[in-house]
Amino acid sequence: MPELVLAAEAETNPFLPAIYDITWSAVVFLVVMVFFVRFAIPRFRQILDDRAEAIEGNIAKADDAQRKAEAALEQYTTQLAEARAEAGRIRDAARVDGQTIVNELKEQAVIAAARVTATAKAQIVAERQAAVISLRSEVGTLAIDLASGVIGESLTNDEKASGIVDRFLADLEASEKVVR
Amino acid sequence: MYYAANLLVPMATGDEFQAPGISEFLGLPALFFEGTPFEINRIILVRILAVAVMLLLFWLALRKPSRVPGRGQSIAELVLGFVQVQIADQILGKEMGRRYLPLLAGMFFGILAMNVTGVIPALNISGTALIGMPLLLGLVAYVVFIYAGIKQLGAAKFFKNSLFPAGVPWPIYILLAPIEFINIFIVRPISLALRLLLNMMVGHLLLVLCFGATSFFIFTAGGWLGLFGIGTLAFGFIFTFVEFAVFILQAYIFTLLTAVYVQQAVAEEH
Repeated sequence: MPELVLAAEAETNPFLPAIYDITWSAVVFLVVMVFFVRFAIPRFRQILDDRAEAIEGNIAKADDAQRKAEAALEQYTTQLAEARAEAGRIRDAARVDGQTIVNELKEQAVIAAARVTATAKAQIVAERQAAVISLRSEVGTLAIDLASGVIGESLTNDEKASGIVDRFLADLEASEKVVR
Repeated sequence: MYYAANLLVPMATGDEFQAPGISEFLGLPALFFEGTPFEINRIILVRILAVAVMLLLFWLALRKPSRVPGRGQSIAELVLGFVQVQIADQILGKEMGRRYLPLLAGMFFGILAMNVTGVIPALNISGTALIGMPLLLGLVAYVVFIYAGIKQLGAAKFFKNSLFPAGVPWPIYILLAPIEFINIFIVRPISLALRLLLNMMVGHLLLVLCFGATSFFIFTAGGWLGLFGIGTLAFGFIFTFVEFAVFILQAYIFTLLTAVYVQQAVAEEH
């Protein structure tokens, strides 16, 4: 009966295990091992992996955002430069157009002014002509009337009369020319 | 009746001071299943309780894993990280450490939980203070490192590496091979088991001695002798902290040595 001997000795020898001691040591050890192999360590690794993944994911996300921001900035800069160039072009075109318009208007104004001047001159000439003609007839009549009065007789002889008048006017014009 | 009292207050009673002895550990009365292979006495009960509480705490801490850990999960991660980094990875390297981490973590926390009951009031004895548990753990370490060596190198190379370490002139092997054999295949598991067992037994005896003496001086002897009680109480107090450190240290040493033995077994050359 070795079991009995072992059990009896286990009562006095601290280095000999009793049967129940071995049993419960094994049970406890197995339970602990199953727990750590099946639950604790896998869960521990899962937590660490998950966290590492999350951190890596966030870094990737941040990189992506950075890249996008840089691309957007570049695009914006390009667009801005294009817009500036376009604005410059438009401004230049506008300046040229404005100059053209001003020049055209100036030309038109000059032409209009010239036309107005020409018309005015022609009118002046015509009016002067009319004035000279009317003046000539009126002055003739007046002069005859005056002369009739002065002489006291009616100058009935038209031939004489008109001769006198013409002579008078010719003298008048001659004196006028001298004055000028 | 003596043992019933011993269950809660592990100290001697009576008119004369009785130094604590081997009866603290052996011949304890059965509490359940007396006479069967599943007999449970005080130490076995403490052992089961300690491990149950330890597993419960880990389960609670890791039950709902969160990316941003709560307090319990942080602590669990911290202590598991300690075994992973300081023992498994440090001794065995990343790859091998990963394979042996569950075993080493189970060993470390199992031993720690069963040790710590030595200073927990109303338990007051380590679950590892009975030979069965240290012996079983020593045998596990033994089987594991031999298995690891044979698996990694093959049986012939493993035994050759172990018994005939390289870099020694051949006549030395006549002396060295038997020494290495005794050291590796006989002393290692026994030393693991005995180191743990004796530390726990002696620690318990020290505490019982201190507090038993305190009780004796103050309540039994009385008078001027009561002053000695103050001294012994102070010693008991100090040794409680020392024991706590020893509990952690012994768990660490046991696990560390297991890792070292595995590492030596799988190494190509010593």
